[in-house]
Amino acid sequence: MSSPGRATRRERIDRGIKVRSDEIFVLASARDLAWVLLPRALAVAALLLFPLLGARVGPYWQTVMINTMVIALLALSWDLLASVGLISLGQSLFFGLGGYVAGALDSFAGLGPLWSIPLATLLGAALATLVLYPLLRLRGVYFGLITFALPLLFMRLIETTGALGGTEGVSGLTPLPNRTVEIYLVTAAALLTAFAFRRLIATDYGLVFHAVRDNERSVMAAGFDVQRVKAQAVFLAALPAAFAGAFVTHRYQFVGMTAFAMEYSTLPLTAAVVGGPGSFLGPVVGSFILVPLSEAMREFGSLRVVLYSLMLLVFTVGLPEGIFRFVARKYGQFERRVAIEEAPDGR
Amino acid sequence: MAAEGEPLLRVRGLEKAFGKVLAVNDVSFDLRPGDALGVIGPNGSGKSTLINLVTGFVKPTAGTVEFKGKDITGIAPHRAVGLGIARSFQMARPFYNLPVYKNVVIPVYSPRSRKHMGAEFGDRDEAAVHLLEDVGFERDSPVPYKKAGELPHGYLKRLELARCLALDPDLIILDELFSGMSMSEIAGILPLLEKLRAAGKTLLMVEHRLRELFRVVDSVLMLQFGRKVAAGTPQEVMAMPEVAEAYLGAEVKVDA
Ligand SMILES: Nc1ncnc2c1ncn2[C@@H]1O[C@H](COP(=O)(O)OP(=O)(O)OP(=O)(O)O)[C@@H](O)[C@H]1O
Ligand SMILES: [Mg+2]
Repeated sequence: MSSPGRATRRERIDRGIKVRSDEIFVLASARDLAWVLLPRALAVAALLLFPLLGARVGPYWQTVMINTMVIALLALSWDLLASVGLISLGQSLFFGLGGYVAGALDSFAGLGPLWSIPLATLLGAALATLVLYPLLRLRGVYFGLITFALPLLFMRLIETTGALGGTEGVSGLTPLPNRTVEIYLVTAAALLTAFAFRRLIATDYGLVFHAVRDNERSVMAAGFDVQRVKAQAVFLAALPAAFAGAFVTHRYQFVGMTAFAMEYSTLPLTAAVVGGPGSFLGPVVGSFILVPLSEAMREFGSLRVVLYSLMLLVFTVGLPEGIFRFVARKYGQFERRVAIEEAPDGR
Repeated sequence: MAAEGEPLLRVRGLEKAFGKVLAVNDVSFDLRPGDALGVIGPNGSGKSTLINLVTGFVKPTAGTVEFKGKDITGIAPHRAVGLGIARSFQMARPFYNLPVYKNVVIPVYSPRSRKHMGAEFGDRDEAAVHLLEDVGFERDSPVPYKKAGELPHGYLKRLELARCLALDPDLIILDELFSGMSMSEIAGILPLLEKLRAAGKTLLMVEHRLRELFRVVDSVLMLQFGRKVAAGTPQEVMAMPEVAEAYLGAEVKVDA
């Protein structure tokens, strides 16, 4: 279009569409369609093919992948809570409840992972909802503080009462069949959660979540029981997190007080913020950045928290939309080069 | 409409104390179906609190509220909506981060609207845009698709009204709908209010803009320090010396 040497500038060609709505896409050609779909297709394909590489990638990277998916599940859960205005500083609450329910079901009822994981997902989420229900009235930082304190409370309860194995934990649980099954299971769960949450938030039901976050009073005036909407959000958000706990319990054939460890709260929170909250893909992207990084820095031990804090700081201040939104925005920005018109003579 | 004399809303001895302040003090009145009542009074006289008490946003310290013959004193706000009471707020607070029409989708999607209007509404986005049109948003302008946080004040007030109408209410309570609206905006809204009255809706309006209020309502109740100090037709109330005193200089002309 432009001959070399002629001055050109970039011109956005998606502006006209953007002005009116973020939801309408006009795709002109198969090439445009591929441009939009390719990244998703590639990402999903890569995730599904990874387990097939089997021993070729080695146990280290397999473990990193599993941990990434576990944190992604917790970060997705965090993101759904945030969509209704509940900021969780204690994702390990859901993780621990799911883990302990799975441990109990397997150890005391001998159910095995096939039953105990789905049951623990549901029961763990229900339990978490019951625990949080009276606290849903709390706003902003107060809700955060309570969620921060609750996992610690559960830890101390188990320690002092000696219930559920006390400090020893519950061990000798039924393992999952093999590593490939483990990776597939947790990857499928993360993909399914990301997909389901994205669909959910795009419906009118999801719209109510956002409305509650914006302004509870007006949601009440519109005839909704805000407390109930929040409880439903908590239950839905708790599902993937409780699943993660149940999954890890069976993977390690053990559940102990570490299921309520701070790391299961700080990592997902940081992953969601770094990746970009509100998109349900950002948290997954964030997990892929944080977990490998945190594994690589294992020798630094608890010093890693400093790293998380720094990243939190940098991203909340520097790039609040997160990496995912930023990249997606740039990628979806359609531009063409146009020649800069010469000013007519005499001007 | 319900039987003659059977009130839609019956308020008896309503009282709300905030600490030592009696924001609403022993207020009683009836609203029959199809009535339009204006509530007036100086700033801080308890008008908004009265609305909050009727709609469940504030719990009374004494007195009762009955709606359709049912005791609804201290009811949860969403239940009041479910029974057919919709209200707007004096300080319009929309869902700032949502597009304007999505602000209306929320009440269109509410349990009451789904039950009452479900099939009638059809597509909810479409229904929302229709409702916005009814209150004077231009459908083909970019305004209904903007973020609500970017709306000028007059539009916000009309958005409040659209959100009430989306609930298909029997009783519509409007807290200073006209304040912040321009004369031409009010002129645009008045026919809609008249249409609502013609459709048998019951109206309770708190207003400072008396001249415009009296074009809609047929009775007036005046509050002062939380007490009901006057009630009657607009002409009767404005003729009372204590009312004239309170609205001194307001120069209200009541055209019958
Ligand atoms: N939540 C509250 N807590 C304490 N006091 C309150 C509260 N809400 C209202 N009040 C007090 O109750 C009184 C009545 O307030 P209200 O808002 O009902 O008046 P109003 O008639 O609506 O006034 P305006 O015309 O300014 O809107 C005022 O003295 C106010 O300060
Ligand atoms: Mg008021």
